[in-house]
Amino acid sequence: MDRRTTLKWVLAAGAAWPLLDGRGARADATRPMKGYGTDPTLQPSYRPGELWPLTLTGPQRRLASVLADIIVPADDHSPSASAAGVVEFIDEWVSAPYAAHQQDRSVVLDGFGWLDAEATRRFGKAFADLNTTEQSGICDAICDQSRVATALRSAARFFARYRDLTSGAFYSTPVGRKDLNFIGNVPLARFEGPPPALLKALGLQ
Amino acid sequence: MANSLKRSYDVVVVGSGAAGGQSAYTLSMDGAKVLMLEAGRKYSPEAETAMFQTPDQAPLGGVGTPDKPFGFYDATVDGGWQVPGEPYVRTSEDDAGRFDWWRARMLGGRTNHWGRISLRNGPYDFKPYSRDGLGFDWPIGYEDVAPYYDKVELLIGVYGTNEGLENTPDSAPGCLLPPPSPLVSDLLIAQRSKRLGIPAIPGHRAVLTQPLDFKRSPARLHPGNLKAQKILADDMRRRATCVWATPCGRGCSIRANYQSTTVHLPPALASGNLDITTDAMVYEITLGRNGRANGVSFVDRTTGKQRYVSARVVILAASACESVRILLNSKSARFPNGLANSSGKVGRYLMDTVGSSVSGQIPLLESLPPLNEDAADGHQLYTPWWLYQDQHAGKLGFARGYHIEFGGGKRMPGHGTGAGLEWLTGGSYGAKFKEDVRRYYGSFVYFDGRGEMVPNDHSFCEIDPKVKDKWGIPVLRFHWQWSEHELRQAAHMQETFGDIIEAMGGRTHGAVQADGAKAIAPGGSIIHEVGGTIMGSDPQSSVTNSWCQTWDVDNVFVADGAVFASNADKNPTLTIMALAWRAADHILERMRRKEL
Repeated sequence: MDRRTTLKWVLAAGAAWPLLDGRGARADATRPMKGYGTDPTLQPSYRPGELWPLTLTGPQRRLASVLADIIVPADDHSPSASAAGVVEFIDEWVSAPYAAHQQDRSVVLDGFGWLDAEATRRFGKAFADLNTTEQSGICDAICDQSRVATALRSAARFFARYRDLTSGAFYSTPVGRKDLNFIGNVPLARFEGPPPALLKALGLQ
Repeated sequence: MANSLKRSYDVVVVGSGAAGGQSAYTLSMDGAKVLMLEAGRKYSPEAETAMFQTPDQAPLGGVGTPDKPFGFYDATVDGGWQVPGEPYVRTSEDDAGRFDWWRARMLGGRTNHWGRISLRNGPYDFKPYSRDGLGFDWPIGYEDVAPYYDKVELLIGVYGTNEGLENTPDSAPGCLLPPPSPLVSDLLIAQRSKRLGIPAIPGHRAVLTQPLDFKRSPARLHPGNLKAQKILADDMRRRATCVWATPCGRGCSIRANYQSTTVHLPPALASGNLDITTDAMVYEITLGRNGRANGVSFVDRTTGKQRYVSARVVILAASACESVRILLNSKSARFPNGLANSSGKVGRYLMDTVGSSVSGQIPLLESLPPLNEDAADGHQLYTPWWLYQDQHAGKLGFARGYHIEFGGGKRMPGHGTGAGLEWLTGGSYGAKFKEDVRRYYGSFVYFDGRGEMVPNDHSFCEIDPKVKDKWGIPVLRFHWQWSEHELRQAAHMQETFGDIIEAMGGRTHGAVQADGAKAIAPGGSIIHEVGGTIMGSDPQSSVTNSWCQTWDVDNVFVADGAVFASNADKNPTLTIMALAWRAADHILERMRRKEL
């Protein structure tokens, strides 16, 4: 997102903008300029916050959680995004020192600002305080970049990015892998290939 | 390791990847005293490889960052498109004229993470000029290299089949391991490709699908050398076979695929004839009064101090461009323009592979039952170039061919899973989105074209007059330009991949690109850098002879991809190893005759 778009969002966000309080900015100032370096130890399991400080504020994390669960709610197959730790992942992501992640930080925080501004404009409340029908009403307007109103293009880009981050984070976890019936990443004595019955059904045998 | 450095060696090998590993192996197994100098740090795949780690255990889901461009678990140390403190210069930053240089600073170099695709050059590939009047013929033919392809395959372990196809050579009996079973997506791609007249055959990769033949191969590889046979047999027995899981690019702690550190170096070290010094950044080959090289100078990266070691023979195996850099920085009264550069050809005819990709979504592959499709980590099948006759008849508009690396399947979910689905889902979110992700997971296929580039006068590297790295060593400056042959070839790839996806009943992700200039990947980005000290039959127009020996200095050899006089579509690593083995045999013979 360019600076001009950001400015437009700030103007549109109006009174809701203070939700992006100073904590993020202060954390920005102390964020290490370096990432994990070119020779990190690969064996340990890393937790968000271990390599660089997390920077989302309480209200931002609340909104992050509500939106992640709108995108990936609990169902019969798996729990919701927030229950799988997606909010911590997104906080790690937007707090990372790399340029691409800093760009995503702008996209996400500006998007959060837009959501609250839109919620305030339509319903007089912050997005996280809306009921599900009201939240869907806003999301439906920005969920498909190919048919979004011109004025909402930036918001739609944010929604697509946030959906990608949520999805990638969710399906990377054990519950996400299980949801997709992923059965690989285990040592096998032999690789048998696809079952003949399946190949026959697909006309491949 | 540095403490064990002796004052003098028979051979000093600069670099520890495919060329350095093979050179050191062949020489030390036959009794030569060898020193290997590696610019990067010591690296132990057994201890350091992240095998079964999942993306959620890595920072940022394991995605690529400037620190680790191919992902957190990629087996690259202190490298990537940039190496800290070791810049390079390029004359253009735009995609059409840029050259991206991938380096690693670790024992084993780029072999730790490479794709393990191990294809032989065919007879046409050594005589391209004779065939179409472009580029250069090699001073050797397929028949000169074939026995060494056999040896390398027997040593490292390569799966594949003999199909008898044009310019796609068969191996000698017993050389290849059986190929892995294809995936559903592989078989569908093969079926629909064949309807278009495009073949698909088992791939060739350096992955152990069964144990190596430790009873027969050692005697075949080292006839009359019982000590080498025993060392190799013992080591072959210690290599595990593939467990059909984990990406090869992370490296392999159980030694089931080839990387220099797990295959070449252990037996070479067991011979007692190889010393390895890591963190040794070679910057110069020194010349004696007799006009021969007498050793190399290097920076000890741990102390910053300059050191020197002498040797009867110097083998450069530092990667094509790094070997060029060392030669150009080795200036003397006799060679003011760089060692072995009387032809002015050092750095010239730099080549990479032409790359272009298309992916698609295939409804027939949606919602398949649970399948473990980790397989051999890809390249179970591939498509060799199939239009030799049409091309030779001038029907294609570009001179050289390409092969297709393709794949699909239910790979380990990760950061890209469920991402970018809008073009299929209409922007779903919520419960519908989760259904959509289940539906589409495993239904995507990709096609990567890998094509031959014709060498040209505008693609080369030289020493930048100003910039130096943190050790004070002058750095390379790259010039790059594609010709119409590569651009039209890239456009042909796009059209072909679109046709195959359509024949599969699928949809391409994004439009097929008719403009080759927009379809082609930037120079260097396929990481098949070759050329720079090309071999030839004339000292005026080439840097080395057919034995990888520099024309100007007879005890300096270049064993890496720099000697390639052309860059066939076949991935260069197997050929690098075959040529390095052949050069090492020649060096041993010449040393026995006291000529070196």
